[in-house]
Formats: sequence, structure tokens, C-alpha cells
Amino acid sequence: MPEERKKILVLFAHPSQERSEVNKLLFKACQEHSDVTAIDLYREYPTFHINIDREQQRLLEHQVIIFLFPLHWYSTPAILKQWQDLVLEYGFAYGTDGTALKGKTFFCATTAGGSEKAYQGDGYNHFTIRELLTPLEQTANLCGMRYLAPFVLFSSRNASEEGRIPGHIDAFNTLLTSLAANTLDLSHAASLSVLNQALMQETQTASQTR
Amino acid sequence: MTAYFIQAFIYLCAAVIAVPLAKRLGLGSVLGYLIAGVVIGPIVGLVGSETNTLQHFAEFGVVMMLFLVGLELEPRMLWDMRNKLMGLGGLQIGLTTAVIMAAGVYFGLGWSVAFTVGLIFALSSTAIVLQTFSEKNLSKTEGGKNAFSVLLFQDIAVIPMLALIPLLALPELVEKAQALAGQAAEHHEELSLVAGLPGWAYGITVLLAIAAVVVGGHYLSRPLFRYVASSGLREIFTATALMLVIGIAALMSLVGLSPALGTFLAGVVLANSEFRHELESNIEPFKGLLLGLFFITVGAGIDFGVLASNIGPVLGITAGVMLVKAAVLFLLAMVFKIKNSDRWLFALSLAQAGEFGFVLLSYTVQNHVIPTDLAQMLSLVVALSMFLTPGLFILFDKVILPRYEKSENKPEADEITERGTVIIAGIGRFGQMVNRFLVANKIKTVVLDQSVDQVANLRKINVKSFYGDATQPDLLHTAGIEDASMLVIAIDNNERAVELTKYIKRTYPKVMIFARAFDRGHHFELKHAGADFIVSETYHSALELGKEALIALGVHPFKAEQKKATLRELELCYKDSLYEMWKKKSEDSKYSTHFRELFIELETAIAKAMKSEHLDEQARVERGWTPPPKDYEKRMNENEE
Repeated sequence: MPEERKKILVLFAHPSQERSEVNKLLFKACQEHSDVTAIDLYREYPTFHINIDREQQRLLEHQVIIFLFPLHWYSTPAILKQWQDLVLEYGFAYGTDGTALKGKTFFCATTAGGSEKAYQGDGYNHFTIRELLTPLEQTANLCGMRYLAPFVLFSSRNASEEGRIPGHIDAFNTLLTSLAANTLDLSHAASLSVLNQALMQETQTASQTR
Repeated sequence: MTAYFIQAFIYLCAAVIAVPLAKRLGLGSVLGYLIAGVVIGPIVGLVGSETNTLQHFAEFGVVMMLFLVGLELEPRMLWDMRNKLMGLGGLQIGLTTAVIMAAGVYFGLGWSVAFTVGLIFALSSTAIVLQTFSEKNLSKTEGGKNAFSVLLFQDIAVIPMLALIPLLALPELVEKAQALAGQAAEHHEELSLVAGLPGWAYGITVLLAIAAVVVGGHYLSRPLFRYVASSGLREIFTATALMLVIGIAALMSLVGLSPALGTFLAGVVLANSEFRHELESNIEPFKGLLLGLFFITVGAGIDFGVLASNIGPVLGITAGVMLVKAAVLFLLAMVFKIKNSDRWLFALSLAQAGEFGFVLLSYTVQNHVIPTDLAQMLSLVVALSMFLTPGLFILFDKVILPRYEKSENKPEADEITERGTVIIAGIGRFGQMVNRFLVANKIKTVVLDQSVDQVANLRKINVKSFYGDATQPDLLHTAGIEDASMLVIAIDNNERAVELTKYIKRTYPKVMIFARAFDRGHHFELKHAGADFIVSETYHSALELGKEALIALGVHPFKAEQKKATLRELELCYKDSLYEMWKKKSEDSKYSTHFRELFIELETAIAKAMKSEHLDEQARVERGWTPPPKDYEKRMNENEE
């Protein structure tokens, strides 16, 4: 039962886009959706002087917030951390009167150089991506946002050579479309380890109804 | 004296009326001059016998044009275009000449005459075609670019043609001319250094003359121009440029070579000189006027008697020539894989004969290669084909283009956009930094400065720069302002910087202007004039020093950096309202703006804003990271309970 359409805010952070093979294309895909506002943070704030009012206003205007970034040391690139530190203020995002983000949906769309195997308890990274991103998960919890599993492309350095990029972008597009139309099963999406799994199901049901 | 004035007035008057009119009708300036000539000559009969004398004088415009063609020939650009130049251009001239020559022989012309006629008709009209391309925005199309390389090759090919044609002289015409000259006694004989010399001595003299032009152009011109330029007198520089061209022309005539050849050579030698753009802008107006005069005399010389009695052949030859040229071009376009509408554009745009046709015709008559009556008829053909060119462009626009627009797919958008040139006016310390930064990032720049010493110094450290006053429209034109994407203004004269901004925004609205302002008043003036980005010259360095001072006095460096950012943001916030204030004030008292009052107002505004920052911790601008309140956790827990 689709309700009203949701507006999506994509905050994109990539410090050297001329070398980007996946994120740049994902960002471009975002720009083509009418329900998506796509912000290139490094372009807008090259000196890290983030305009807090502007960013808070943007958050207020959207119901789905996505961080789009390549995984840097198991976390976001620096500007996204700066963004969190400045924009998610007491009294706005959390605290007694900090209810501005309550009920919104939040997740990370990221790319990791390591393989899916590496991001497991017995892999060399010892933790899953979802586990590594728990600081963001708890941030979302504290702000009252619904946290979904991260949308991940593993082994991203070889994705281009192995022809896995177009499929990943298609999946991202499907994800954005279903989020905007509010057809994604959010509680299921919150329970997964990576969001990509929900999408497989999504495309299956879509083809069945067709 | 009075007679001269009246004549000059008639010529100028005709040009002033006819040329703008022709341009407005889409016929181009060359046709405008021709029409002006036809009107004052054969139709109204205001001018008469003196046109012949005038034409010899006006031919000097051709000499100047070839000097400019030479100046434009950067060896690297030629090398990049070598395939198109030699392939397209060479084949176009070769095939067209061959076909027309065959037709000429078939109709009973001697082979040498037919060959010359072929050469003359192989050339197209650079002036008309390039002007139409830029008017109709076709320069960047595939057809337009290829047509340009053919035209460029033709311009260069004129040089060997000028050398070749005298060798084709018809003995009977030479004899006749000599007989005439003999009758007219000896006083007509031209000055010559080589008249009585034996062959070997003649050869040596010619080589020496050419060597003088090349060596002199390379080594002597620079000190000469520097000496003259440092005097700061613009007209003397003009005089020097004229002296150079005329001197070379004289030298070449003395040794019996074509003056056009000599000046072309000098142009090529000077193509890399820092004075190139200044030379171009000085010679350009003379060239334009003299060439105009040349076309007027061609128009005035058209014999309507000849036209009337030969109307059939003239029309026939014109149609034939244009058909042959278009067919050859179309064939080449197929071979070189120029597709769809571009193929038609390429073929139709170059199907006419050109202004060089007139030049070569009068040259051939002088050298007794073609009989005068044939030349007269041929010049009618050249003129007629040029008159028909706008018609062909209309045909292309209205009939051919629509047909292809339907069938053609939209071209794929290019990922990498071509980066146009940045012109930097003023290369003092400021301009130098900008230039170094841009060049290091592979942006093509053209650097202009009025100080000869500065330009010389920069050339020593391999910064390609040109001498000249960047506020002169001519110089900007020769520096390529039409195709530039940006002009950086870093000149020391404030008023002229503003004037320059206004001029560029009016004439070339697409060119972005990035300007350096002296102070805030200047900043606003530049903004008012339409500059796209303005920076005050001392602003950032002063802020930087202020920040370092804060650090030295004990403020934490990160805090100091934030304070600096705050001040900048405050200024940005207040800038627009200040600008509006300034505009109102300068309208009230147009020429005595009270900057001091204005600054005091600004300072108070900033001081007030800064102070309010300290009072109100949540105020927007100085918001760095703010910690939650001391007891926030307790408050949150209370809430949950």
C-alpha cells in the first residue's frame, strides 16, 4: 500500500572524484531521480566550513537520508564526520527538544575494497560492515531515525574490470525508486546485514507481479 | 588637391554606405565593396580612369594580408592539422585545377592559360566563408572545421602560385607589352637592383635579400620593437610596423621578387615574437582599408559592355565552375568521411571563387599570362560566384539542414569539454601568479602586458607573453578574445580595468571576466560593469596576516582560522547590501562617491556583527562544534522516565 512519495537526501563524500570508478557513477545516478536531492559535500564545502543552517534545513525537507561514500578506514571520509559533528546539534537532532529527525529513514551506501569474505568474523577485517558502522547506527538511533542495513559493493577496486558496476548501479536505482515510492519493507531492510539482499527480494516480487 | 579630396570622399562614401548594407543582407563585406565599386564606377560613372592607378596602390593591401597570414601561422598548429591540410586542401586544389584546366583546353584555351585559370578558380573566398560561418555559428561543426583547413591551405597555396605564375607568361603578350613599353619610351622603367646582372649574380642577390629578411626579422626586429615600444608612443609603433612591411616589400621589388612573398616570409619569422599581436592590430586596419579599396576598384573596373556581350558565356562558366568545385568537394567529403549535413555544408560553402581570384587575375595580367579581355570576363565570373554564395548558404539552411535534422540522432554529449583560452591582461606579480597556476593545470593562456621589460623578463623564464595594451579592442581581437572563455584583468589602471570590463561584457557577453580590484570602491565599480568574479588585491593577504597575528598573541590556531572564516562570511553577507548602498550613492552624486562614509558604515556593521557573535553563541556564522549543555544527560533521562 504505497503512501505519499518520500523525498530522499543523498550526502555524497569523495575527496578525489577524478579517481572514482563507482561512487561518481552512483552519484550521477542519484542526480537523475526527481525525488532525490544529491549533494556533493566536498564540492559545496571545499574548506570544510559547513553551513549548519543550510544543512539542517535540508534534513528537515527530506524523509530519507543516505550517506554515499567509499569506506575510509572502516568509516566515512573526513567531511562526513565534520558534517555529523556540526549539523547534528543538541536541541536539533538529539536532546530534549531535538526531535527534528524523528521518524526519518537513514542508511549508508558505501564501497569497500575488501571482499565480502574479508568482512566477516573469520576474515582479515574480523567484523562485518554493519558491525563496523555501528557508530552511525547508534547516531541514527539517538536521533530517532530508522536505521537500515548498509548498501555495499565489495571488492570495489576490481568491480570495473569484472563488469560488476552496471548491475550495482541498477540495484541502487531500484532501491531509490522503491524508497521514494515507499514500497520497501523497512523492518526487513533494517534486519539484514547488507541492504543488497532486500533488493534481490524486491526485484523478485516485482518480476512476479509483472 | 580638391580633386583628390572629392575622389577620396566618393570612395569612402560608397564603402560606408554599401558595406554595412551588404553585411546586413548577409552578403559579407567583400561583396559590399564590390557593389560599392560597381555603383560608383560603371553605373553612376563618378570615378573613371584613375581606378587603374588606384588599384596598383590598393594591391598593397594584399601584401599586408599575406604578412598577416604569415603572422598567424604557428608552426605547431600547422603540424597538428597536417593531414587535413595536405589531404583535403591539397586534393581540393589539385583536382579542381585539373578539371577546370581540362575544360579550358577542351574549349580551346592554351594549356598555360587553362592551367592558370584552374588555379584561380580553385581558390575559395576565405573572407566570405569564415564570416558567414561565424555569423551562422557553423565554425565548430565538422563541415565548418574541414572547410577552414581547406581555406587555410588555399591561403598558403597562394604563395607558390604567385611564384609560379610569372613563369607561365605568354611570349606573344610579353612581346606586345614590350613593344608598347618601347613606344612609351624609357622613362617608365622600374627601379631594379638586378636589371643588368648575370644569372649567377642575380641568384646570389635574391638569396641575400631573403636571408636579410629572415635573419633581420629574427634578430634585429626584437631590439628595434623594444626600443620603439619603450618610448610608449603608440603611433610610432604603428609607424614601425608599416615601415617594416613597406621596407620588405621595397626590398623584394628591388630584387625582382613578389613583395607579397617577402612579407609573408617576414610574417612567419615574426609569428613567435612577443610583438605579434601588437603588430597584427597595427597592420590590420591598413590591410582592411586597402583591401576594401582593392575590391572597390575591381567593382569599378567591371565592364558592363563585356558583361552584356558575353552574358551567356559568363553565366555558363560561373555555373560550370561552381558545379565542378562543389562536385570535387563533395567527393573529397565522401573520401574523408565527412557525413550527412556536414558533407553538404563543406561542399556548398566553398563552391565560390574568392578574393584571391581577383588578386591573381590582376597579377596574371601584369605578368602577361592571360589576355586582358579574358581576364575581364573571368573576374566577372569570380564576382558572380561570390554573389551567389549567400544563396547557397540559404539553400543549406532551409532545404538541406531540415532534412538531416530529422534523420540524425542527437550527438552523444562529450565527457571532456574543450577548454578555451584564458587571456590574462597585465602580468605583474598578480597576473604572474594567476598565469603560473593556470598553466600548471594545463589551461592555455595568452598573456598581454604593456611593459616591454616585463614581457622580456617573462620570456626569459619561458612564459609565453605578448607586448601590447590589453585595453585596445584590436589587440584583444588578435589575441583571440572571440574564442576565449575567460579574461583575467590584472592591469594597474583602475579606470581602464572598468572600461575594459564594460567593453568585453558589451561586445563578447560569453567571455567570463575575473578581475582584480584595487579597493572596495573599485570592486563595486567592476561588479557594476559586469565582472563575474572580483577579488580585492590585498584582502586575502591582509586576512592571513591578521590570523597569524592572533595566533602569535595566543589564540589557538584552529580558533584563529575559524575567526578568519567568520570575518569572510560576514563580509559576504554584507556585500550585497553594501553594493546596493554604493549604487544608490553613486547615482546620487555620479562622480564624487563618498567612499569614506561608506567604509565607516561597513566597519560599524561588521564590528556590530562580530560583537553580537560573542554574545549569542548560537548565532549562525561563528558556529563551530558546540558541545551539548553540561547536564544534558540528566535532562534526557528525565524525559524518558
